[in-house]
Amino acid sequence: MSSREKILAAVKQNQPEASALPALTGLSGNMPGTLEAYRKVLEALGGTLFEIENETAIPALLAEHYPHLQRIITATGPERTWINEDPHLLEDVDMAVVPGQWGVAENGAIWLTEQEVGARVLPFICQHLAIVLPRERILPTMHEAYDKIGAPQTGFGVFIAGPSKTADIEQSLVLGAHGAKSLVVFITGKSY
Amino acid sequence: MNRQTADHATLADKFNQDEARVNWHDETLWWVRAKRDRIAWSIPEWEALRDTASRIKVNALGNLHDYLLQFEEQATRNGAVVHWAADAEEHNRIVTDILKKHGVQRIVKSKSMLTEECHLNPYLAANGIEVIDTDLGERIVQLAKEPPSHIVLPCIHKKKEEIGELFHEHLGTPAGNADPKFLTAAARQHLRKEFLQADAAITGVNFAVAETGEMVVCTNEGNADMGAHLATVHIACMGIEKIIPERKHLGVFLRLLARSATGQPITTYSSHFRQPRAGQELHIVLVDNGRSRQLGREDFRNSLKCIRCGACMNTCPVYRRSGGHSYHTAVAGPIGAILAPNLDMKDYADLPFASTLCGSCSNVCPVKIDIHQQLYKWRQVLVKEGHTTAAKTASMKIMSGVLSAPRTYKTAGKMGRWVMRAFPGMVNNRMNPWYKQREMPAPPAQSFSQWYEKNKKSS
Repeated sequence: MSSREKILAAVKQNQPEASALPALTGLSGNMPGTLEAYRKVLEALGGTLFEIENETAIPALLAEHYPHLQRIITATGPERTWINEDPHLLEDVDMAVVPGQWGVAENGAIWLTEQEVGARVLPFICQHLAIVLPRERILPTMHEAYDKIGAPQTGFGVFIAGPSKTADIEQSLVLGAHGAKSLVVFITGKSY
Repeated sequence: MNRQTADHATLADKFNQDEARVNWHDETLWWVRAKRDRIAWSIPEWEALRDTASRIKVNALGNLHDYLLQFEEQATRNGAVVHWAADAEEHNRIVTDILKKHGVQRIVKSKSMLTEECHLNPYLAANGIEVIDTDLGERIVQLAKEPPSHIVLPCIHKKKEEIGELFHEHLGTPAGNADPKFLTAAARQHLRKEFLQADAAITGVNFAVAETGEMVVCTNEGNADMGAHLATVHIACMGIEKIIPERKHLGVFLRLLARSATGQPITTYSSHFRQPRAGQELHIVLVDNGRSRQLGREDFRNSLKCIRCGACMNTCPVYRRSGGHSYHTAVAGPIGAILAPNLDMKDYADLPFASTLCGSCSNVCPVKIDIHQQLYKWRQVLVKEGHTTAAKTASMKIMSGVLSAPRTYKTAGKMGRWVMRAFPGMVNNRMNPWYKQREMPAPPAQSFSQWYEKNKKSS
């Protein structure tokens, strides 16, 4: 008998009686899906947020807040030759600007997939990360996020909440472990 | 290998020789526990979430056979290669074979308690393959040639000065620099080189979704992604109990995991790996290693609901004061003490006794495992199976004899009080474990029965 058959047989014999799955209703509490709620959590995670009308405002804001950037990649930009190159060549990216799909107010997370990002490693290997998110795409909790995301459309997707961090040395929080050292979120669209 | 002959009490004794350090360890973990409380209490639906998570896990265990098949089918359709390992040895062999086939000599690995449980690192080393652990805490204990002492905070037992010294020796940082910011930056540079050079990456798995065949890996550092998205071979190693039924259930678990672990709303990265990227190989190793046996133990199967948040360790008064290494197993603390005896009753017979049964672990568990009740039940199994020490068995027999015979009990009580009064040295000595770190109380003049006899009439 192969290990596969052995394991499956043992599991089948030993597993308890099947029970029904619970419904996932009423789990969102009183979390508002607002920009203000989102901003509060993101800032607590060490991220920064700018409200802009559209993406044309991004270069000037980056130049102002990150004056020493050398290589900036805009994932949705016209020059996407790098998406077919070896991902190792992205190691010198100082700033990556990528579009996000959904933001989650309760934890600051933004859902991205490899389709918009171009190369999976991009939002991790860049020194700094900027995510662009339309104002109306902020949801209260993870439950609404998975409802909206639905079935997977791509080979890789990720929730990113704030800059990379560690507290492994005596529980001292340090931003910038292996991923991006800082995160800026650009919220686009008109505020009415 | 971290199997040792010394038991928990002996190893805890060693840890307790440095009182200041024990206090620091205790307070640091309590601080993490307090952070967990604050964030849990900020969510009115917290208890409903725990209850839902628990029921999803119970459903997953009850349908594990079918969910495993469904996961395998979906993952294979996604382009992954699924392997099955009955035990640690087979897991290690499968991983080694994949790496050898690709001629890999050096790999990067993100946190995986399963590979710790299987002792993968020494196995690979014996096969000429070098492992670089990339989680900062794990890299630190790896440089110190120690196992992790906590599943979420691997080097929680280490002072920053010791880490500074390790980095000075291994990474060439200036002697005497123990600034966490500086040391983290040094590790970032050092490990970036490793990520860029590695041909293969091993990651653990937090959740595997039967419905979609995808795996979710959670980190704050980004190390799992740096490894997996650069290497041409990605091997994900997981215990068979990591399966959850549907994608939408991730919402429940991702809301609970980081809040329970460190008191943060979610980990920085929650990565959903479904297909290998173009030109990459993705291998998934499904490991049993005793899990199907634990599934058949009615009293203990709930331990397989664990999502490895570590909350039971942070809250445990014994763990906080004895340190993770005193558990001499990959997963320390209360949850480790109910998982380990399933792996080897004889080697880990001491662990279910390393508890006060206060129940705090069960109260904080995000998937509502009855941890302290299982600890209590393991004690009974272990005594019955003859895995406790002769002294403990003998003294329990005597106690049982005394407690079941009222006359003997009364006489013994009288004698005990007299001995404590007349010869306090008989109990106040190092032979008596209750005397450690405390004076024995003064013996009462009378027993409770005597006091009751005297007082019941006057009331």
